[in-house]
Amino acid sequence: MSDVQAAGPAETDYQRVERSDEFQSLRRAFRNFVFPMTALFLVWYLLYALMSTYAHEFMSIRVAGTITVGLIFGLLQFVSTFVITTLYARWANNKFDARAQALREEIEGGEL
Amino acid sequence: MAAEATNVGNTWVNIGIFAAFVVVTLIVVFRVSRQNKSAADFYAGGRNFTGTQNGTAIAGDYLSAASFLGIAGAIAVNGYDGFLYSIGFLVAWLVALLLVAELLRNTGKFTMADVLSFRLKQRPIRMAAALSTLAVVFFYLLAQMAGAGGLVALLLGITDKTGQGLVIAVVGALMILYVLVGGMKGTTWVQIIKATLLILGAGAMTIWVLARFGFSLSAVMQEAVNMAGENGEAILEPGLQYGATALSQLDFLSLALALVLGTAGLPHVLMRFYTVPSAKEARKSVVVAIWLIGIFYLFTLVLGYGAGALVGPEVILAAPGGQNSAAPLLAFELGGEILLGIIAAVAFATILAVVAGLTITAAASFSHDIYASIIKKGQVSPDGEVRVARWTVVVIGIIAIIGGIFANGQNIAFLVALAFCVAASANLPTIIYSLFWKRFNTSGALWSIYGGLISTVVLIIFSPVVSGKPADPVTGLSKSMISDPAIDFHWFPLDNPGIVTIPLAFVLGIVGTYLSKERSHPEKYAEMEVRSLTGAGAEKAVAH
Repeated sequence: MSDVQAAGPAETDYQRVERSDEFQSLRRAFRNFVFPMTALFLVWYLLYALMSTYAHEFMSIRVAGTITVGLIFGLLQFVSTFVITTLYARWANNKFDARAQALREEIEGGEL
Repeated sequence: MAAEATNVGNTWVNIGIFAAFVVVTLIVVFRVSRQNKSAADFYAGGRNFTGTQNGTAIAGDYLSAASFLGIAGAIAVNGYDGFLYSIGFLVAWLVALLLVAELLRNTGKFTMADVLSFRLKQRPIRMAAALSTLAVVFFYLLAQMAGAGGLVALLLGITDKTGQGLVIAVVGALMILYVLVGGMKGTTWVQIIKATLLILGAGAMTIWVLARFGFSLSAVMQEAVNMAGENGEAILEPGLQYGATALSQLDFLSLALALVLGTAGLPHVLMRFYTVPSAKEARKSVVVAIWLIGIFYLFTLVLGYGAGALVGPEVILAAPGGQNSAAPLLAFELGGEILLGIIAAVAFATILAVVAGLTITAAASFSHDIYASIIKKGQVSPDGEVRVARWTVVVIGIIAIIGGIFANGQNIAFLVALAFCVAASANLPTIIYSLFWKRFNTSGALWSIYGGLISTVVLIIFSPVVSGKPADPVTGLSKSMISDPAIDFHWFPLDNPGIVTIPLAFVLGIVGTYLSKERSHPEKYAEMEVRSLTGAGAEKAVAH
């Protein structure tokens, strides 16, 4: 790694790794996935909580038989939780793990 | 009342099935615990569980009697508003999945304090984190033990307080035995067995209920509306429990916030992430847990409305356990004594398993954080630490028994809500900041933990939960903890303080950080960040 030489004398190995392009891009990839996803499900959940609290009439509309908008909205919270879980697991297994593992092996092998 | 209690089911069938569960789990615990030697064995099961096993155990830890009996009962009586709880409890797992589980597994060893003290000052942080851990565990434990009393009344027909106290003591003693012998490994297997039984039992009942109504949820709900009598349609709509006033609406939002942010700060949940060999398995644990918990809550929706339809809210409310009796009464209605016996045994097993998980968490926190790191300043052998942890298990078991006997008959839902609120206020902000915010320091953590903990406890003490709810016109007693309506010192209007304390703790973390001149440790943060994302240097599984 070319920027290793530029490091100051007091810098630790971990700081060198932290500054490396590989780690920076790994961290960016992680944060770019989990932060927006967290914002999304929190907003979606708060919307549901607010609607259940303040929009009784809308939530009480019958869609079919005794099935209300509120019930469907609630069941959609289950669906969205399952979907986000699956999306994250798939992304982490396929996109993230290999990169993190490569970096870990470099660190533990003393290459960085 | 007592006559009605003994009419439902056969006490000996209930006891017999529960005894069978105890015998089977004890055999398993003895078999798996032969290699409980090191601290990593005792606290973290040697870190050798697979993601699927741990995910099932997490579901076992999380689906307490409050979820099973409480949510089904709330849906049976309050309809839609009961359903809201389960959604908050489920969605909360995404916080753990996306932000906490893997990073925590990579940076910590046994407890939450391990992660927080990674780059902050060891002793003050461990003290604060251990105190908030013990507070959460204490409230949660009291709720479970108090719930055991109510369950006994319902299922064994034991209505006098002495008999109930005896059963609480038996539950506590069994739990001490499980944890002492089995450590985390034994506790985990109890959770796995219990979660499997609970989910299969609830699943079978769900199919049974649906089969009675031609597999139409709408038809189940229609019958529940009919049974609810005049104005029965209200159970389909939000607001039956929380919609009365602007204040109760705000209370609900406050609860919703604590539920969704509390889970990822519950110490007994966090500790489970250390029982697997890697971050990848920690991720898999949460994925499995989310599916199991989600599916279980879908079952409770059917069971709740099913109990409303087949048993009816009047009968449920008149039964000894009140709302909590909805699921057992439904089991009796569907499958008679045997099914009731099975469901009763599962409910007992649930309390036993959750209490065991809580106890080992508290023991680890006391022994690892307070005894080994603060009192002995790290100068203690792992054997010595585990010995202290075992003694702590006995002490906590005794406290739980005594507390459970005193709390018997108290409103348990509020104790669980309080535990979630402390977890969301005192634990979560510090965990998030220490994992993601470079500038964060010891002062910020202490402000946030103590601020969150103290504000939650103080606001609860001065809330209507403790004193000052209007007197019931029939009994003349207040629904507050202090049931004498003449005693009223409440000034905080909400039952759930989360809407104040959670943002407050987040803000205090920032304020405390900027007010301190403490030197930051960029090299420590670099190590933590690199470790948390790559797993370099993370604790390995114990090889046997």
